[in-house]
Amino acid sequence: MKRIIPLTILVLFLFFIVAHPSEAQNINGVTIREEVLGNGLKIFALKDPNAVLSVFQIWYDAGSINEDIGKTGLSHLLEHMMFKGTPRFGNKVFSKIISKAGGIDNAGTSKDFVYYYQKLAADRLSLSIEMEADRMQNLIILPEDFDSERNVVMEERRMRYEDDPQSLVYEEVVSTAFRNHPYRWPVIGWMEDLRSLTRDDLWRYYKKRYVPNNAFIIVAGNIDVESVISLIKKEFGAIPRGDDISKLEIKETPQRGERRIYIKKEAELPYVLSAYKVPNILEEDSYALDVLTGVLSGGKSARIYKSLIDEQRVALSAGAGYDNFNRYPFIFYLYGTPMPGKKIEDVENSLYAEVEKIKAAPPDITEVRKAKNQIQADFVMNQDSIFYQAMILAEFELIGDWRLKDRYIDGIEKVTPEDVQRVAVEYIIPDNRTVGTLIPVKRETKNENQ
Amino acid sequence: MRINRPNKTKNVSRCPQLIAASVFFVLCFSLFTGAYALEAKRSLLENGMTLMVVEKHNLPVVKVVVGIKAGSIYEPEGKSGVANLAASLLTEGTFKRTARQISSEIEFVGGSVGASAGEDYITVSLSVLKKDVELGFDILSDIILNPSFPEDELKKKAEIIKADIISSEDDPSYVAQREFNKAVFGEHPYGRLLSGTVETIEKISRDDLVGFHSGYYTAGNAIMSVVGDLSSQEAEELIKKYFSNWRAGSVTTVSAQKIPVQKKRNTVTVDKDLTQATISLGHLGVSREDPDYYSLTVMNYILGGGGFASRLMDNIREDKGLVYDVHSYFNPRKYGGSFEVSLQTKNESANKAIEEVLEEIRKIRSERVSDAELTGAQLFLTGSFPMKIETSSRIANFLIAVEFYRLGADYIDKYPTYINSVTKEDVLRVAKKYLDPDNYTIIVVANQKEAGIREEYSK
Repeated sequence: MKRIIPLTILVLFLFFIVAHPSEAQNINGVTIREEVLGNGLKIFALKDPNAVLSVFQIWYDAGSINEDIGKTGLSHLLEHMMFKGTPRFGNKVFSKIISKAGGIDNAGTSKDFVYYYQKLAADRLSLSIEMEADRMQNLIILPEDFDSERNVVMEERRMRYEDDPQSLVYEEVVSTAFRNHPYRWPVIGWMEDLRSLTRDDLWRYYKKRYVPNNAFIIVAGNIDVESVISLIKKEFGAIPRGDDISKLEIKETPQRGERRIYIKKEAELPYVLSAYKVPNILEEDSYALDVLTGVLSGGKSARIYKSLIDEQRVALSAGAGYDNFNRYPFIFYLYGTPMPGKKIEDVENSLYAEVEKIKAAPPDITEVRKAKNQIQADFVMNQDSIFYQAMILAEFELIGDWRLKDRYIDGIEKVTPEDVQRVAVEYIIPDNRTVGTLIPVKRETKNENQ
Repeated sequence: MRINRPNKTKNVSRCPQLIAASVFFVLCFSLFTGAYALEAKRSLLENGMTLMVVEKHNLPVVKVVVGIKAGSIYEPEGKSGVANLAASLLTEGTFKRTARQISSEIEFVGGSVGASAGEDYITVSLSVLKKDVELGFDILSDIILNPSFPEDELKKKAEIIKADIISSEDDPSYVAQREFNKAVFGEHPYGRLLSGTVETIEKISRDDLVGFHSGYYTAGNAIMSVVGDLSSQEAEELIKKYFSNWRAGSVTTVSAQKIPVQKKRNTVTVDKDLTQATISLGHLGVSREDPDYYSLTVMNYILGGGGFASRLMDNIREDKGLVYDVHSYFNPRKYGGSFEVSLQTKNESANKAIEEVLEEIRKIRSERVSDAELTGAQLFLTGSFPMKIETSSRIANFLIAVEFYRLGADYIDKYPTYINSVTKEDVLRVAKKYLDPDNYTIIVVANQKEAGIREEYSK
């Protein structure tokens, strides 16, 4: 669905990023060319001779971390407004033009960034280039469109959060785990803030952040690199550079003890989410945390499934996850839902017990090998989609430099069982966690046929 | 979209002679789109299995999908859920491997194998790196041909499925979909939950599973597609080695149970502590094999299938700001189907949203669509076709559907013609014939007090 917050995509990225550097370049004849225009706009042209379709993506450093207190949800609402129109192409026609070209388009906002994309035949890329260059400069935000779209986003919030108990737990855990870091508010924004946002709030943000020196483009597919780059230069080259925007320099304040929150809501089963603040991919320990995640949760032969679901039969679902791709250090988490009749405390304690076993003795060498094999195989398989090839490049570029992906690969391969044990001992500790529990509240339910 | 019309004679010459074994009867066909050519080699094994192979050498990866006519429509009376249980227990033990061995072996190489049930057919999928393809086929064949349905695994799986059914009550769209299918299809198998219910699952024994498997999991009931980094000879050798012992069985035909047609308005409300009303509105639709399917595809794109190019989205989201998502679709199956509009809106605007949906349905039934709408629909539907076959997994699943619904070897070639020959008159005709703004089923999952569904919609 359109204009989504790509939480799932970020989680998936855990697995997309590893392979041998030589493979990353040669496995399917992919080449990458980088250019920087005079106005600061970076361009990456990824040529994959086997790609059926092409993708145009433009990424802005304009995610929700750049919002102010009381104005949360602004970045995402602006992302919706970017589809409303410009004088040149007209009102609410962006998506229609793309669909008439046989393409699809969408956009996504995360805590760190916002991106827009079109997926279409390579010979239609000029449409993307012209329309994206146009809406970077000439967006119209009509007050009546703003009011209507705010209502749409409020419906989106109701669907994704208000009526989804597990999402409410996630939102509350993250906002409790982080104190001074803007990661603590949700990308979609708090309902109360959405109500008070104004059209002018969005306009100022657009003018400041939607500038060439705060963006980069990825164009990927079986493309003619020269002609695509020259067309991008023609359409984007004359857009004036904006003021320099300094990156947020912010460090989360240390946590000095476990934090707990509860959500009470109508639900059938409880749920627990236990989040630990951990380093991101820019730090060496990230590789071992990735492998730890695989050892715990990489399929039915991994420890959590084997123990909680298969042997103890205490959990209906359970697992571990690690968001390593955020620009600032974010979270590693354990989660679970009990089988009916089982206690949520038992699920939580069983999850911790699996981590404690690793702290007591490093995992087998075969378990570690399996986790690495899974990461590498997924990486190769996901390259079948040109869209994800572009996403991988973008994610590395966003945390610093797309070339980091080569360093990362060696990092994973070097992880030893002892490294996995060491990061569990260092980070997955009670004083560093925030635990959220869903407490189901039952309510009389009527089901009538008339 | 430009279509290269394949020259039939040339196709045959492009299809190399198969290995001498008499296991295969071969028929080649090539699938072309404007963006690239997709060459699928179709053959019929002596044991009755249909095989399709597409060579794709861009990555060292192999994807296999096996479609088997063993969906929920074949379930015996009172055993709803047996098709899903049988499929999901394939990976939980064979006469050679325990559940743990299956998951350890395939996961160690970073591959995956799994089954999923549908109403018409089930699919078993394999995904492996090329270097592990031998292991992959060994496991795939083992779980399809020799599952042992161990008692303890059955017990565990049944508990999990029952818990999933309970847990799904927290998902408003699951509840709405379940009630919608039940109301629209009545006693027909399409109206049941694939998972079965807590009550029916408890009645399923190991014998039921063994019986269902031996009756329906036969080569004559199966279609296999192999897509990836294998030459057709390599693929055929693997099939010969791992699947030529699959017994043919007798080809299953289901006595097409008639779907009861309702001619009245039917409302189901489910009261929950929610901020939004989740609404499904619709009625019976058509089979995938209905000749009007393509006219309906175009009509539905304009009504509510075309995202921001559709009338429902334009009116209810873009103009009125009432929803984040609203869409309509025909869900066509082998023996019938449904038409459904679904949306979520805050409880208080439920009536308004329903009113607008009905208004749009009435409108598309009463006047011709514009030239721009028709052209827009045709340009998207034909131009976006390559997305359906963008990756190896998509190709593999697509080929199964083409074969199962008998869409024809020249389906990709003909698809643009099917779409482009639809006229404004066709759109109006099928809208009048297949949409009904008076006799519909409506499901509202909401805080009913706040939604206050008007009597005119509930009677």
